[in-house]
Amino acid sequence: MTSATHDHKGRPIVAVTGLGVVTSLGQGKDDNWAALTSGRSGLKTITRFPTEGLRTTVAGTIDFLQIDDFCAPALTEKLAVLAGEEALAQSGLSDTDFPGPLFIAVPPVELEWEHRLALYEAGQTEDGWKRMLEGVRNGDWVGMHRAFSFAGVEERVADRFGTRGAPISLTTACASGATSIQLGVEAIRRGDCDAALCLAADGSVHPETVVRFSLLSALTGQNEPPEKASKPFAKNRDGFVVAEGGGAFVLESLESARARGAEVLAIVSGIGERADDFHRTRSKPDGSSIIGVFREALKDADMSIEDIDYVNAHGTATPENDKMEYLALEAVFGEALPSIPVSSNKSMIGHTITAAGAVEAVFSVLSLKTGRLPPTINYEEADPTIPLDVIPNAARDVPIRTVMSNSFGFGGQNVSLLLSAEPF
Amino acid sequence: MAGNPRDAVVTGIGLVSPLADGIEQHISLLTGEATPRPRVDAETFAPYPVHPLVEVDLSTQIPRRGDQRQMENWQRYGTYAAGLALSDAGLAGETEFLERMNLIVAAGGGERDATVDGDVVQGWRDAADTGAFLNERLMSDLRPTLFLAQLSNLLAGNISIVHHVTGSSRTFMGEELGGAMAIETAWRQIRAGQNDLFLVGGAYNAVRYDMVVFLAMSGGLWTGDNVPDVWHRTGQTGGMVPASMGAFLVIESREHAEARGARIYARIDDVVTDRGPRDGSERCETRIARQVDHLAAAAGDAPVGILSGTSGAPEALGLERRMLETMAQARPTAVRGTGTVLGHGMEAQVPAGVALAAAALFEKTFYPPFADDALETDAPEATATIAVTGWGSWRGESLTILGSED
Repeated sequence: MTSATHDHKGRPIVAVTGLGVVTSLGQGKDDNWAALTSGRSGLKTITRFPTEGLRTTVAGTIDFLQIDDFCAPALTEKLAVLAGEEALAQSGLSDTDFPGPLFIAVPPVELEWEHRLALYEAGQTEDGWKRMLEGVRNGDWVGMHRAFSFAGVEERVADRFGTRGAPISLTTACASGATSIQLGVEAIRRGDCDAALCLAADGSVHPETVVRFSLLSALTGQNEPPEKASKPFAKNRDGFVVAEGGGAFVLESLESARARGAEVLAIVSGIGERADDFHRTRSKPDGSSIIGVFREALKDADMSIEDIDYVNAHGTATPENDKMEYLALEAVFGEALPSIPVSSNKSMIGHTITAAGAVEAVFSVLSLKTGRLPPTINYEEADPTIPLDVIPNAARDVPIRTVMSNSFGFGGQNVSLLLSAEPF
Repeated sequence: MAGNPRDAVVTGIGLVSPLADGIEQHISLLTGEATPRPRVDAETFAPYPVHPLVEVDLSTQIPRRGDQRQMENWQRYGTYAAGLALSDAGLAGETEFLERMNLIVAAGGGERDATVDGDVVQGWRDAADTGAFLNERLMSDLRPTLFLAQLSNLLAGNISIVHHVTGSSRTFMGEELGGAMAIETAWRQIRAGQNDLFLVGGAYNAVRYDMVVFLAMSGGLWTGDNVPDVWHRTGQTGGMVPASMGAFLVIESREHAEARGARIYARIDDVVTDRGPRDGSERCETRIARQVDHLAAAAGDAPVGILSGTSGAPEALGLERRMLETMAQARPTAVRGTGTVLGHGMEAQVPAGVALAAAALFEKTFYPPFADDALETDAPEATATIAVTGWGSWRGESLTILGSED
């Protein structure tokens, strides 16, 4: 059934025609790619809020943007819009009347302490949370409600880009960015639309985020120097560095992209997804869920392990994730694995949580386009139980045709994307 | 009726609300002589009334106490309702099916610890160094398990862990519209042959200070001890009375359902979703007209039942009422406001409406009026189409149209 514009299952082939990215390394693909391929870290000691008493004091915050009424949803929205603008400019499609739906991964934000305090101060007689309930009756809080409403970011971003119909906001924890791309691919494959705007953004580093992940023992405690805090796959890794970012994909049917003469940056050749049923924060010890994800992605793309030239790993730098990811890769790729380079962008940009799947998929496409694979930095002590070629510490030039980009979430949501060079 | 093999059909219902536990209880109460009303708690968050869940034995669907401890109530309600839906569809424990079942959950935010939050804001004012104070309190007072209960995607995570649904897992946000988008996504995937089997729904806990405060900020909540039906919440800025709820549906392709000999409640014929300004502009009118047109395409001039998901929010209800009146001019139409009998379950409201619609179509009945209102006319006989509206309290609209099997 494969044709010039349809895949082995007769589905429209999905092309990537626009990419946008913002991370702690900077705004836009050019700055990010230059930094990432020169092994530079965007991670810094936190200055946004006091870190006294916190075990972890390093993060990948984005502090170079001017945000009015700064709060997590405001920064998240800004990151989504900036990445979306860059991607749409590259695609050549309208950024005010986009001809397709919006899928957007956003963090599940809550009011922050400043806002709770304001509510409390507006009350007068009651104690504790009851004074917040009292305070809410004094004053106009509608703007704050809209800012923090779960539908708020999607509502405003949909208006900004003029996307069609009802958008979908989603969260699958650390797999969210990949899920956003997946929803777009599925919509185009079933013929619902010719184009989709897939965004993922996370600007939610504030004290409670750091404390919560800290209490789950998920974060590194190696704060100094901050640029060396994230050590994926290394023996001395002890947790991830929480970070912020935004990623954007403009997806189109290959047919429509070619018809309008758009540059095809890559195609989304396959997607695998499985949910884990083992534990709320840990993968199944036998790796069966992640192994299933890899196999499904290959099957979806009608590819075999020989077709995978590079793995852009989830590679969070937690002791468990990196071990599990290796074991699952080993189970699927077997003897071929040592010859497949596997690197983790998180060594430089940290874990951008909700945005990670999209941000790292952007970098995966840039590897396809440039033939340059970003390194895993801070790889000074090899872990003998994870014998991977992690592209240690320096980028490598290798022409590749297909990259696997992995995302595994707390709560057991696992996604793997296969991105390939344009077919001829 | 032979039907199309790629029809999306409802084969399992799990519903728990402030009115009843399980779909049979709901049908029984709602088709009885007296019009039932849900539980009301007007005191805990006075002046804002809420509808607490009926008493349920969670352990029938979440047998391990360890699992229950790892959740907060919204997750317990959702995981419970998901279990009911799987049992109802004959799929509980059926590994072969559960491994390729696709889960789409519409979720709001997680629950906060009211005592910790209250203590922190109270102590903040007296703290010499507020930053250090906050960090110290959070490090010592937050419970790791509560964080997991706070993550929106952890309702889906808990459903996977407790019921072993592992095909795929997505969590949609977006309040009322999120519930409709979840159903629409399943419907579209089934129609297009992308997947055969879904578990779709949402859950909400109304009895939590953080959500009451947050919704009160929007000005959208009803106040006072007296809770009228959804059509008569006038004279205040808001109209919503939040309700604890869990609503899940097993939705599958007709060919998949028939191959396993499943009971089919009803067919999902159409899902229309959109969002935009609610200002009477051309764009606003076009969205209303589109829902009217889709109902006409599905039902023609045959009688329809409509289960409105209105929260009672005045602005949204004004527009919806006008749309319902237009629909009612074209055919015998009986409207029921589900918020009157269930309360408003946010992300769960549309799935709950679809549950009641599917069950009524299967029983070849429609519900007697829930309220005294011009829209709530007596039920027409032989209603083969029931539509479920989902006008979000401040944004987003949906119409889900279900058809009976014969």
